[in-house]
Amino acid sequence: MENYLIAMCVSAGIYALMALGVNVVWGFAGMVNLGLVGFFAVGAYASALLTIKAHWAIAGGMAAATIVAALVGAVVALITVRLRGDYLAIVTLGFAETIRIVASNAIWLTNGTDGLSGIPGPGRGTLSPEMFNLVYLAIVGVIVAIAYVMNERLRASPFGRVLRAIRDDEQVAAVAGKHVTLFKVKAFAISSAALGLAGALYAHYTSYIAPDIFVPLLTLYIKLALLAGGLGNDRGAIVGAFAVVFLLESTRFVIPYVPGITPVQGAAIREFLIAAFLLVMLRYKPTGLVPEQPTRLPVPPAPRYQPTA
Amino acid sequence: MGERDVQVMPAPLLEIRHLTRSFYGVHALDGVHLAVNAHRITGLIGPNGAGKTTLFNCISGVVPPSSGSVVFDGRDITGWRADRIANAGLVRTFQIARGFPRLTVYENLLLYGGAQPGERVHDALFRTSAARRREAELVQKAQAIADRLNLVRLLNAPASSLSGGQKKLLEIGRVLMADPRIVLLDEPVAGVNPSLAREIAQHLRRLADEGLTILLIEHHMDTIAALCDHVVVLADGKNLAEGTFAELASDPVVQEAYMGRRGSAR
Repeated sequence: MENYLIAMCVSAGIYALMALGVNVVWGFAGMVNLGLVGFFAVGAYASALLTIKAHWAIAGGMAAATIVAALVGAVVALITVRLRGDYLAIVTLGFAETIRIVASNAIWLTNGTDGLSGIPGPGRGTLSPEMFNLVYLAIVGVIVAIAYVMNERLRASPFGRVLRAIRDDEQVAAVAGKHVTLFKVKAFAISSAALGLAGALYAHYTSYIAPDIFVPLLTLYIKLALLAGGLGNDRGAIVGAFAVVFLLESTRFVIPYVPGITPVQGAAIREFLIAAFLLVMLRYKPTGLVPEQPTRLPVPPAPRYQPTA
Repeated sequence: MGERDVQVMPAPLLEIRHLTRSFYGVHALDGVHLAVNAHRITGLIGPNGAGKTTLFNCISGVVPPSSGSVVFDGRDITGWRADRIANAGLVRTFQIARGFPRLTVYENLLLYGGAQPGERVHDALFRTSAARRREAELVQKAQAIADRLNLVRLLNAPASSLSGGQKKLLEIGRVLMADPRIVLLDEPVAGVNPSLAREIAQHLRRLADEGLTILLIEHHMDTIAALCDHVVVLADGKNLAEGTFAELASDPVVQEAYMGRRGSAR
């Protein structure tokens, strides 16, 4: 049972890293990225292939996954730079599906739908499974903590201020002297870097990846995590990720006690419960568990009163 | 169009030459020319649909012109990106007080401050001293501008919580943060109560006296009369007339096209 809980915490940590990444584009800059699982997949495959086929060290594979995903993110941002809202959502959704289909068919590289197995993990084989899980949890925890600090710094900085301005009105941001395209590309690259690293962490943890892991449902789980936690708020992103994993896993225990349903129906009920949770959340707490806080700066003590002439 | 008078004046700070812009076959601007002299307030008036806002959009890089040129301070800025034009010192406002509703008044002001290294990712992540120093300067400046515009109490309030008039003041404040050489104001007193309209006009007068160049679209004729040294009238995307407000107010062509009886009753 402890091992199971630790494994769930690792999952939640990986979800939290993804939610933090998505927060940069969606929460700060207001761009909808429905293709986030695509960047997650790019990172997972990059690190898996480099460590299995090129025998890179795991850390090297993870670093490369981060960089490759960031570059892919920058390219996707450049391609979609004129798209907003629903249009951006549908194109990014298409991007993620494209990645999945390429992974299914480029058999020479990705082993197709059979997937890649035997991805090395730090200390797997030498450590006991419990120790491996604990070590991995520590690695994920440190990475999430670093990502959190980086996100918070970005959010509070003039850079984050420009992103939040773009979220409110892109055209006025341009007139304010900001190179909107450049900021969007940077935001997308940063976000994709976090998603790619999350993918690499996933691959080295489970030791096996296949195209059918990278389905749009995972994108929706991360969106749900951000909405539940509080869009635009980094603490909210982490809280939301843990809430979603808790919800997903707790339904797993509840369903078997519902009489008269088959396991397949049970799985469907699970999705249904999650959808219901999202609807309730959006209806009653649209700003999330930890809403975005306005920034406060010191105000000069007493405004000098100037009588108008 | 006839020959323009040769003005015995230094070169204008902003010059528009034969600017055209069509939207799906409709000529919103049809060969507009305009010269804005430095340190003056130039008015731009005309009936609704005359092309005033389209002209602002073309000058500020929001919409590219179909033909013609925009020369700012001796440089041809036609077709430049909006942010590049803003950074060159030409800053505009929008007719309906647009801006960043979810940012605070402070942030709205700070955003317009240029040359902030903290807008680069590296400086943002490592909180470099250059970024912090610039931010401290900008905060000082924002406080001074807020003080001037009576917005100090609202500095930490989200911009969405401001009244219509306060939003107009904030627009002027944001523009000032950019240290512009010329500002294009699109109806700065529209929908504002008369006493605040007078206050805004006073602010603009003082700014012009301090050396700022202003090009102003306004339907509120008292404001135009009180502020503008020179007024240009547009109608149907073309220049109709120009001169002092008094000259235009007695011009029958302008009265017919734009002012109707209100102008002659003055």
